[in-house]
Amino acid sequence: MSTTEHSEHIDSDTGKLGMWLFLFTELFLFGGLFIVYAVMRSKYAADFHHAALELNAFIGATNTVVLLVSSMTVAMSLTAIQQKKAGKAMGLLLITLILAGVFMVNKYFEWGHKFEIHLYPGSDVMKSMPHGEIMFFGLYYMMTGLHAIHVIIGGILLTVVIFKINSGKINAEHYLLQENSALYWHLVDLIWIFLFPLLYLIT
Amino acid sequence: MKNHDNHISSDSANWTVLLILLILTTLSILAIKIHVGAFTVALALLLASVKVTIVLTYFMHLKFENLLLRLMVGGVFLLFAIVIAITFIDYYFR
Repeated sequence: MSTTEHSEHIDSDTGKLGMWLFLFTELFLFGGLFIVYAVMRSKYAADFHHAALELNAFIGATNTVVLLVSSMTVAMSLTAIQQKKAGKAMGLLLITLILAGVFMVNKYFEWGHKFEIHLYPGSDVMKSMPHGEIMFFGLYYMMTGLHAIHVIIGGILLTVVIFKINSGKINAEHYLLQENSALYWHLVDLIWIFLFPLLYLIT
Repeated sequence: MKNHDNHISSDSANWTVLLILLILTTLSILAIKIHVGAFTVALALLLASVKVTIVLTYFMHLKFENLLLRLMVGGVFLLFAIVIAITFIDYYFR
């Protein structure tokens, strides 16, 4: 390895290191909410049990599978670009975007149903609930809502990556943006892996 | 900025990782359905932790990253575990 190549190597590594540092801040953003959830759950165990029954575990499980598959397609897309298969890389990212869309549509129906039965923060139905149940649904909307915003941002990032692959700006030699966008997308998956059992499974 | 990754994950490796993740997801759903009692929450979180570790290691390529990055990620998760532990100690003994 020549010296010039070596300095370029460090550039790419620092770019990735910066992304990881950002991901750490994201972990603590959601981590704070996880801690609130854990403390409130231990304080209002019965209310949390009752409120969690309201959530549709099937939709939660479907979205888990959707995100896991999309995580794989993003990882495969990186493999494709490294192997100089730009078309395949774009195709896989497109599948990822479609899966992100499926996730959001599921979320829309899930939230939509709750709004129909007037189960949203500030509604009269929710105000009449025990304190622990209000806590549960408040956390549910906060955590899944914040997560959904991340899905949208991830989708925008991956769209930019598709355009840059198309124009040749991202290629087998320079793919840091794709790598970092993929890391972001995996983080979205990581957070959901914890949200799913905490909100939907454990009753 | 030129990338110099030595490791390229194969498609078959990615499929294998996905398959394991899906099996673990099914396991955690089954575990909740059959109600393993007081350990249900612990089991669900343990399975989630295993899944997260697999995603970090293979999909996020940590296995093939340098030691500094791996230590940093490990350190952050350790820090988070400590924060949770301290929160609960504070909460139960105040």
